[in-house]
Amino acid sequence: MLELAGIGRDFEVGEQTVHALRDVELNVAAGEYLSIMGPSGSGKSTLLNVIGLLDRPTRGRYCLDGTDVTVLDGAARAELRRDKVGFVFQFFHLVPRLTAAENVGLPLVLAGVEPDERRVRVARALERLDLVSRASHRPDQLSGGQRQRVAIARATIMEPRLLLADEPTGNLDRHSGHEVLELIEALHASGLTLLVVTHDPEIGRRAGRRIHVVDGRVEEQVP
Amino acid sequence: MTLADRLHFAWDALHGFRMRTALMLLAMAIGVASVVLLTGLGEAARRYVMGEFSSLGTDLLVVLPGRSETVGGPPPLLGVTPRDLTLEDALALLRHPAIKRVAPLVIGSVPVSAAGRERESTVVGTTADFEPIRRIEIATGRFLPAGDPRRGRPLCVLGRTIEAELFGGASALGETLRLGDRRCRVIGVLGSTGRSLDVQLDELVLVPVSTAQALFDTPALFRVLVQARDRTLLERAREGILATVRARHDGEDDVTVITQDAMLATFDRILGTLTLAVGGIGAISLVVAGILIMNVMLVAVSQRTAEIGLLMALGAPPRQVLGLFLTEAGLLALGGALLGLAIGALGAALLGAFYPDLDFSAPAWAAPAALLLALGMGLLFGALPARHAARLDPVAALARR
Ligand SMILES: Nc1ncnc2c1ncn2[C@@H]1O[C@H](COP(=O)(O)OP(=O)(O)OP(=O)(O)O)[C@@H](O)[C@H]1O
Ligand SMILES: [Mg+2]
Repeated sequence: MLELAGIGRDFEVGEQTVHALRDVELNVAAGEYLSIMGPSGSGKSTLLNVIGLLDRPTRGRYCLDGTDVTVLDGAARAELRRDKVGFVFQFFHLVPRLTAAENVGLPLVLAGVEPDERRVRVARALERLDLVSRASHRPDQLSGGQRQRVAIARATIMEPRLLLADEPTGNLDRHSGHEVLELIEALHASGLTLLVVTHDPEIGRRAGRRIHVVDGRVEEQVP
Repeated sequence: MTLADRLHFAWDALHGFRMRTALMLLAMAIGVASVVLLTGLGEAARRYVMGEFSSLGTDLLVVLPGRSETVGGPPPLLGVTPRDLTLEDALALLRHPAIKRVAPLVIGSVPVSAAGRERESTVVGTTADFEPIRRIEIATGRFLPAGDPRRGRPLCVLGRTIEAELFGGASALGETLRLGDRRCRVIGVLGSTGRSLDVQLDELVLVPVSTAQALFDTPALFRVLVQARDRTLLERAREGILATVRARHDGEDDVTVITQDAMLATFDRILGTLTLAVGGIGAISLVVAGILIMNVMLVAVSQRTAEIGLLMALGAPPRQVLGLFLTEAGLLALGGALLGLAIGALGAALLGAFYPDLDFSAPAWAAPAALLLALGMGLLFGALPARHAARLDPVAALARR
């Protein structure tokens, strides 16, 4: 499903060039579960952003479902991102003025889905994540775990094939973190390809495949 | 994204930042209200002046001796002096079927005295028809009598101010007045002359035209007021005047005929331009409001950077982000404009309550023009922040919390 070949990502900081990713080779098949670990600043988030089409690699070739996405323009990448990729962030990134239901439905709104269908799909997603009683609450009225559940509902409402989670439990206590992780893993069980960036080795070990990023280079951990 | 969703999203965003939204609405509203009010003031002035002039009668023609300046052309031939416009000329005009009344005018200044008091005053010689033509009101007594204008009797009608100055509050009716070396009896005093812009009737002494001609020792008329039978006959009356005078002046076109309409049109144009000018001043405040919208939207974009990054991560292409912020700017402009129209209408009503004689309603084009201009300003100045938002790098934007 994902094919990364010779991927590099440089950042110009003043006179200096930071090589956030160097010569990354990575193939991921549909339905796999990968954990991505590594020290802070090693390039984990950058890798996830490149895979999620939020960031463009400086060099190399990246094919998503067989199409070379490095040559696409911003609008085409946005469309692919909308239809194929779901993001879960460490800091939830909910829109504070919108209710839980509205936050969940936001991708559908952006995609121009009709209100009737939207209502049905949002209701289903809220039910699946046990948020029905919180539907009309705003983010600041929700606990961290509930917020991350809203974010997961939003990430999956477009039924993407790829779910990218950047430290999804990084801002949660052990208990809610565990809950959130189980929800995400349940999604993987239902067929989603799952990539999770984490600092927690315990979480990292749960994945079928473990990737280690050190100084922009990707190493596969053989169990 | 459907239009309804776009509007809803923008509405939510505006609702979420009330203080900011209220400020921008206010700025826009002040701009639109000032356009509406200023053009309303201009229109009130225009309507007032036009009202003054049409109260003089729009069925009037004024005949002046001499050709008006022709467009360039050679100077008059030697030996050809313009003929005087005479009383006979004026009376001849009455024979034309399109002409209802004529009032010849002779004007001059002489010392006027009565009961030992004297002052210099403007004396106007005319006929009985001057009264209906100029819609003169008589306070006491009567106006100059009808009869053969060539043989006027020694009578006069006084303006209010003259009466007060010469007779000091006592009634002048029946008293005798000295006009230069002549004497005449006061038979009437003019009432409130109210709305009359050109001559101050209050300061006049009116005498029969032949008396004035003798007094000033001239057969020449200053001008002739001609009233057509009907507004629609003005042009025929004008042609009639020119033809009559030409026939009587050996084929020379040596008078100028001015229609009231021509004067009205000139005033209308001048005052219409004035309205446009003050409307333009109001429009400047709309530009200022537009700049304020731009500033506040720029702040909004930087405050909502994380949200923009999120929208992009959720698959919103740059165009969509641009559209969302433009919609916000457009809604603000529209809302502010509608508010401004309401304030403008309220202001006009308030002014109208203080000056009931004047109508302060803005011209018909002002409201739609202000609305369009406000929308244009909102979109124009909203474009820069919106483009700024659309060009954000999603990764960097998301990193901002
Ligand atoms: N926009 C940027 N401009 C300059 N340098 C950047 C930018 N984004 C990332 N970097 C640099 O690239 C490197 C990788 O950053 P990245 O965020 O991918 O690290 P990370 O592995 O996710 O770290 P953490 O575990 O702390 O989240 C770092 O050295 C970082 O300073
Ligand atoms: Mg990171």
